[in-house]
Amino acid sequence: MSAEHGPLVRLLRVGRDFDVSRPWLNRVLEGAPRQLLRAVEDVSFEVAKGETLALVGESGCGKSTVARLIVGLYALSRGRVEFDGMDLAAPGTDAPALRRRMQMIFQDPYASLNPRWRVRDIVAEPIRVLGLAATAEAERERVTGLLRQVGLAPEDGEKYPHEFSGGQRQRISIARALSGNPEFLVCDEPTSALDVSVQAQILNLMTDLQERLGLTYLFISHNLAVVSHIADRVGVMYLGRVVELAEAERLFAAPRHPYTRMLMDAIPDLQMTGKARTPVAGEVPNPLAPPSGCAFHPRCPHANDRCRAERPALLGPATGAVACHAVEEKRI
Amino acid sequence: MAAVTGWLRRAWDHDLAWSFRRSPVTILAALLTLACVGGALFAPWIAPHNPFDSATLNLSDGFTPPAWTAQGSGKYLLGTDDQGRDVLSTIMYGARISLGVGLAAVLFSAFLGVSLGLLSGYLGGRLDAFIMRVADIQLSFPAILIALLIDGVARVALPHALHDALAIYVLVLAIGVSGWVQYARTVRGSTLVEKNKEYVQAARVIGRHPLAIMLRHVLPNVMGPVLVIATIHIATAIITEATLSFLGVGVPPTQPSLGTLVRIGNDFLISGEWWITLFPGLALVVLVLSVNLLGDWLRDALNPKLR
Amino acid sequence: MSAPLLEVRDLRVEFPTRRGTLVAVDGVSFAIAPGEVLGVVGESGAGKSLTGMAIIGLLEPPGRIAAGEIRLEGERIDGLPPERMRRIRGRHIGAIFQDPLTSLNPLYTVGDQLVETILTHLDVDKAQARSRALKLLAEVGIPAPEGRIDHYPHQFSGGMRQRVVIALALAAEPRLIIADEPTTALDVSIQAQIIALLKRLARDHGVAVMLITHDMGVIAETADRVAVMYAGRLAELGPVREVIHEPRHPYTAGLMGSIPRIGALQRHARLVQIDGAMPRLNAIPPGCAFNPRCPKRFARCTAERPELLTVGNARASCWLYAAERR
Repeated sequence: MSAEHGPLVRLLRVGRDFDVSRPWLNRVLEGAPRQLLRAVEDVSFEVAKGETLALVGESGCGKSTVARLIVGLYALSRGRVEFDGMDLAAPGTDAPALRRRMQMIFQDPYASLNPRWRVRDIVAEPIRVLGLAATAEAERERVTGLLRQVGLAPEDGEKYPHEFSGGQRQRISIARALSGNPEFLVCDEPTSALDVSVQAQILNLMTDLQERLGLTYLFISHNLAVVSHIADRVGVMYLGRVVELAEAERLFAAPRHPYTRMLMDAIPDLQMTGKARTPVAGEVPNPLAPPSGCAFHPRCPHANDRCRAERPALLGPATGAVACHAVEEKRI
Repeated sequence: MAAVTGWLRRAWDHDLAWSFRRSPVTILAALLTLACVGGALFAPWIAPHNPFDSATLNLSDGFTPPAWTAQGSGKYLLGTDDQGRDVLSTIMYGARISLGVGLAAVLFSAFLGVSLGLLSGYLGGRLDAFIMRVADIQLSFPAILIALLIDGVARVALPHALHDALAIYVLVLAIGVSGWVQYARTVRGSTLVEKNKEYVQAARVIGRHPLAIMLRHVLPNVMGPVLVIATIHIATAIITEATLSFLGVGVPPTQPSLGTLVRIGNDFLISGEWWITLFPGLALVVLVLSVNLLGDWLRDALNPKLR
Repeated sequence: MSAPLLEVRDLRVEFPTRRGTLVAVDGVSFAIAPGEVLGVVGESGAGKSLTGMAIIGLLEPPGRIAAGEIRLEGERIDGLPPERMRRIRGRHIGAIFQDPLTSLNPLYTVGDQLVETILTHLDVDKAQARSRALKLLAEVGIPAPEGRIDHYPHQFSGGMRQRVVIALALAAEPRLIIADEPTTALDVSIQAQIIALLKRLARDHGVAVMLITHDMGVIAETADRVAVMYAGRLAELGPVREVIHEPRHPYTAGLMGSIPRIGALQRHARLVQIDGAMPRLNAIPPGCAFNPRCPKRFARCTAERPELLTVGNARASCWLYAAERR
């Protein structure tokens, strides 16, 4: 039973903790407490079919962890993930069948392909595991088709990953991700390790594929400019929480959360317009000891006492929500 | 035919072959190893005599010194022992046992160590802790002691009649069990590194079973150092077997290895028949040294940082 | 331009390998004026880092300078014996590398490393060195330096560590700093802080900077002039405004077009892409290295390697700008 008109993917108050305590003996001898790193806390959003939702943030904000929680590489500590209306963790659900409809593309083109496998085996793995090709001939045809689709030659199937450049390896990764006929692709910084001209090729390829195959993307990145090209909606994360979630056009034209504004201002000004920008202040705090109230308040030019005491909730519709007291109080 | 010559040319051009060609020590070591292995393998056909066929033995020929001495004869190149057995032939047959036991023990050791290391590294948790503690405990005992222990237990456990027949298998087991730890530790370390790489995560997202991931994805990438360890371990295994045989708890006297020969010959050293113990000893040294040198070369040749 | 601080002429860096010699930097020439910031931009494999390493004398063997000259304040510094190069390094040329984690020795406090550098190159006593170190730390923006000077590198965050590295580079008052991807490993908000810091310090201390990076945005914010490298050669060289807004070389034009910019294009529109990839060092085509990917190539491009031709204020190695096109 699937929901026809609901979102394809839905996260409800998802959270993930990592136990980074010191070894038991050390804790006993030093009297140190257990330490829990809340990498992701209270994250909720939806991704509609055919949409591209981007998650942006700097290192340590939890965006990669969210990606891994969705595809099942990490278990949830709190909350739930629904795919096509069904809870992936519920006992009655056929989670493997649902998981087959999603795939992931990784950041590092050098580590995401098995160096000892030939490219055709790498791309064919999902086909084999999911039993999508009845004969070896059919499988070979499918692999050739996929390689062509991502802009590689059929002969490339016989080669090994080390014979390819970073951009080409990322194409192989995309071919592998597509070979299982997924509907939903989680892309974890797929172009961050690539040169700028290669990045343009890969972004164009991903846009083309989305149009042709009707894919839904969750695009993780730290680069707002890249995201502005590919995303329909953007979620900004800071220290494990979503602080702003809005339609891309709206976010880039008028960012509301002070952190989003700071990120936009920090982007180097290629146009050299010389426009005045608020200087960036401070650094991301230690996630093990987050500030009280709103986690951004030590760096925020608009922080007041309420910000220091009370954590703001994400308020607003899915097309324009912000977690900020100053915005709520209409101070900015 | 063209495909074969093509393959040969690519093999010749390969980095490993080039590194091999550049090192005269390695070439010499390889030739010596080849000679020892060849001599051992083809002993039944190329040994001048069969030292274990009592019909061909001539007791009066006993204690003949090597051919180049005054009392020596061309019939027995390296002389004979107390029973009239040709020393050269006994070395060749003995090398068979030594090499056979050594190789079998290393294969067993590698299989055991790699499996445990892979499971330990990939699955982690309590299994990992348990296996590593066992490894640590075992490392606090000398390998010889472990082998002696297993051998001793086997002697007690097995009926006396089967002792000789099973001695070789027990020996392989003993040496094998005494050596698995180094494989396990290395493979576990490499597995921990590979486990976090994104191609393993990709396989998990595709939905592959952990065992399939371990065997098909991780194993090929962690086997490199295993080859090097195994080559050097062959030398150690041969020495361990020789030691055990020298102590009298290794191979049965009906199938003497190089170590047994050294022991037997030792009794005659005082009375002046030096060749009976010296030549088997030399053969052992040459074999172990050349295998060790080959192992050294392989380790350096496969180390990407040194290239 | 007054007498240049650094002059590089026809620099050629080679790597002899088992399968032949690879030319990683091929005939690169440029100059840096005192107090100027020259950006050297290019994609991975273009040879920009190697150029920087060659200048500072840190090329790893078997890499070597095969031809060309490097002059610092008129004196040749390529091919100097290691001892002399060591004294020039640090005192006259400072360096900032990409990874702040490995640029600092984890076993010594930040203060020890700063003081050691100062004492090695300047004629001061320990107390003076320490007070200089404190001043430097304050200048690079480390809050409460007296409390932090005796901390170890791991006690600083990534951005703070990079500030310490900058302080270290400035410690001996060099005239030139070579910064190789100083902000690549940092978050974008920290990146902005470090770029601003570098700019301010360069101006305050009158230090010239050779800023090597793949990020055009960083160049736009920091550099006065920019050199674009491709496959070990110089594609374009000129004032930063001109190169960015009016790129002459087709590669530079393609590069600028492929950079995503907020608000520049409609969403889901295609970015300009240059098909193909930068050639590997052992497969550089004859003539212009960029010609197989160039939308504007013609006959001369595949036959002759272009020289650096003057086009207005800038220079580009492209036959499009030759007086006679042939």
